[in-house]
Amino acid sequence: MSQHLVIAPVLLPLLVAALQLLVGEKHRRATLALSIASCVALVLASAALMHAVSGGDALAAVYRIGDWPARFGIVLVADRLSALMVLLTGVLALALLPYALGRWQHRGGHFQPLLQFLLMGLNGAFLTGDLFNLFVFFEVLLAASYGLALHGSGARRVSAGLHYITVNLAASMLFLLGVSLIFGVTGTLNMAALAELIPHVPERTRALLHAGAALLGVAFLIKTAMWPLGFWLPRTYAAAAPAVAAMFALMTKVGIYVLLRLGLLLFGAGAGPASAHFGSAWMLWGGVATVAAGTVGLLGARDLGKLVGYNVVISAGTLLGAIGLQQSAVTTGALAYLVISTLAIAAFFLVAGLLASDGDDETDDTLLLEPYEQPGETPANESLYAQEDESRVVIPAPIAMLGLSFSACAVLLAGLPPLSGFLAKFALLAPMLEVAGRGATVLFALVVAAGLCTVIALCRAGIQIFWVEPERIFPKVRLTESISIAVLLGLCLLLTGWAERPLHYLRDTAAQLHAPGHYIHAVLPDAEVAP
Amino acid sequence: MELVLAGAIGILSASGVWLLLRPRTFQVIIGLTLISYAVNLFIFSIGGLRTGADPVLHQVAGDVAQYTDPLPQALVLTAIVIGFATTALFLVVLLTSRGLTGNDHVDGEDGTP
Repeated sequence: MSQHLVIAPVLLPLLVAALQLLVGEKHRRATLALSIASCVALVLASAALMHAVSGGDALAAVYRIGDWPARFGIVLVADRLSALMVLLTGVLALALLPYALGRWQHRGGHFQPLLQFLLMGLNGAFLTGDLFNLFVFFEVLLAASYGLALHGSGARRVSAGLHYITVNLAASMLFLLGVSLIFGVTGTLNMAALAELIPHVPERTRALLHAGAALLGVAFLIKTAMWPLGFWLPRTYAAAAPAVAAMFALMTKVGIYVLLRLGLLLFGAGAGPASAHFGSAWMLWGGVATVAAGTVGLLGARDLGKLVGYNVVISAGTLLGAIGLQQSAVTTGALAYLVISTLAIAAFFLVAGLLASDGDDETDDTLLLEPYEQPGETPANESLYAQEDESRVVIPAPIAMLGLSFSACAVLLAGLPPLSGFLAKFALLAPMLEVAGRGATVLFALVVAAGLCTVIALCRAGIQIFWVEPERIFPKVRLTESISIAVLLGLCLLLTGWAERPLHYLRDTAAQLHAPGHYIHAVLPDAEVAP
Repeated sequence: MELVLAGAIGILSASGVWLLLRPRTFQVIIGLTLISYAVNLFIFSIGGLRTGADPVLHQVAGDVAQYTDPLPQALVLTAIVIGFATTALFLVVLLTSRGLTGNDHVDGEDGTP
């Protein structure tokens, strides 16, 4: 039974989504109960998985689909990093469910099944140990995300969604080209087998291998929104419904995850002199450029949705640069920053969504910090979905709650003490000082500067929203909506007080990533690599 | 045969990229389709081109060198199916965009005021 735990995070959402489609949109309580059950089970399963792989001897759990030998079949591999990402996915989805309960899910059809399909794709991408299987799971999560990005319809959303889909379809083509080039050179797509083969690739085909890896890398860099490949992100995220945008905060992290995994597994120190650290300089300088571009965008953003979108860009750029340094201590900090920034950005999207809605269920305009011309918004067809609402309980003093959440998000994202954003940024920046080279210094300076600019931009936004217009009527905040925000911020708060054990876990994760021998041996017991 | 296939892939992807950069959504979708054809041909050719060779073993102890690599064919089938589905989905979004904005420009505006 326990060995099937690895595939549970993939199968569970798939089954639940299929059931939800069968049950139908009319039985909303049943679909909701299924969603909650699925997310709770996901969190439990991933926690069990995390416990299983962080124990003494078993470093990675391998699941061979159909019990084919790993060199021929497809394997799912859960190591510390995969378990962490799956747990983060489950927690984020569970925290978002109450928020989606109220007005948001009825703006369009099939919110809950699409969310479950997205979870399936995300978990699959985190767990798979095969490049082509990774492509398939990417397509699953992208197909679900197309549906979710368009959730609620409206001209702005459809136009942003059109760009999002085009960019991602083009990226998928690059992904396929890269995968097939790598297959052509090595004859395998199993990540562990590739890691074993890459040091022995003959010189005359090594350039082709690098070309394939570079194409693959570009495909992931598009998903992570590296400058100049990330112009689609702020607009799409600002246009998406708040609960959806909060879930999308994790989607750029999928690209980061794959770059981290493949960068260290295939092109780590063990890949031979010709291939070691291939592409790491690109990631470092790309990350630097992304942080710079995101900061400029942040300072120039004129509506709240875009402001949060540029925070996603800055966070992705910081992570990219940190991965590019390929140092175990920096990776530890990067993982901490990944978790905290994902939770904080998700909470920020939810807060921004509440601030932008004017309390009335029918409209969902963005909150403009300064008025400017906006193309006419076509409201969604409400009569189709306007039904009774499960969450009519409204909490008192919305302004206090929203103001407090807003400032907590700002402190977390800027990395100011005393919240966990500071701890994460400190864990990321402190080891960077010891890394030799100009790249580390530039990245360090830029990340600190980006933190300062985040403070400036968010202070300005906060003053505009909360202080400039005293007679602004704040929206009613439902109990369920505040629960979601409270859970996400509460988790960040919890990680402030209780940071030691998670940081130990992350340090071991980074150590495991930088010594991929264990991973390769877990998948291929007969592999000839030093552990 | 290699030259013909390489030329076909090149021409398909060049036309696809050109169409992808055009301002009309219909041109964009045709461009994406052409690129996906080029990519599918590319995956198909990655196992090496063999005329008249089977991908499936006839006898247990056959000489593997006489067969063509079956895995790219399996990969290309998956890629075709996924590409087809996403293109269909894209078409729906394209039509919705056309309905909501009243034109088929990718930015939703015609450019001519």
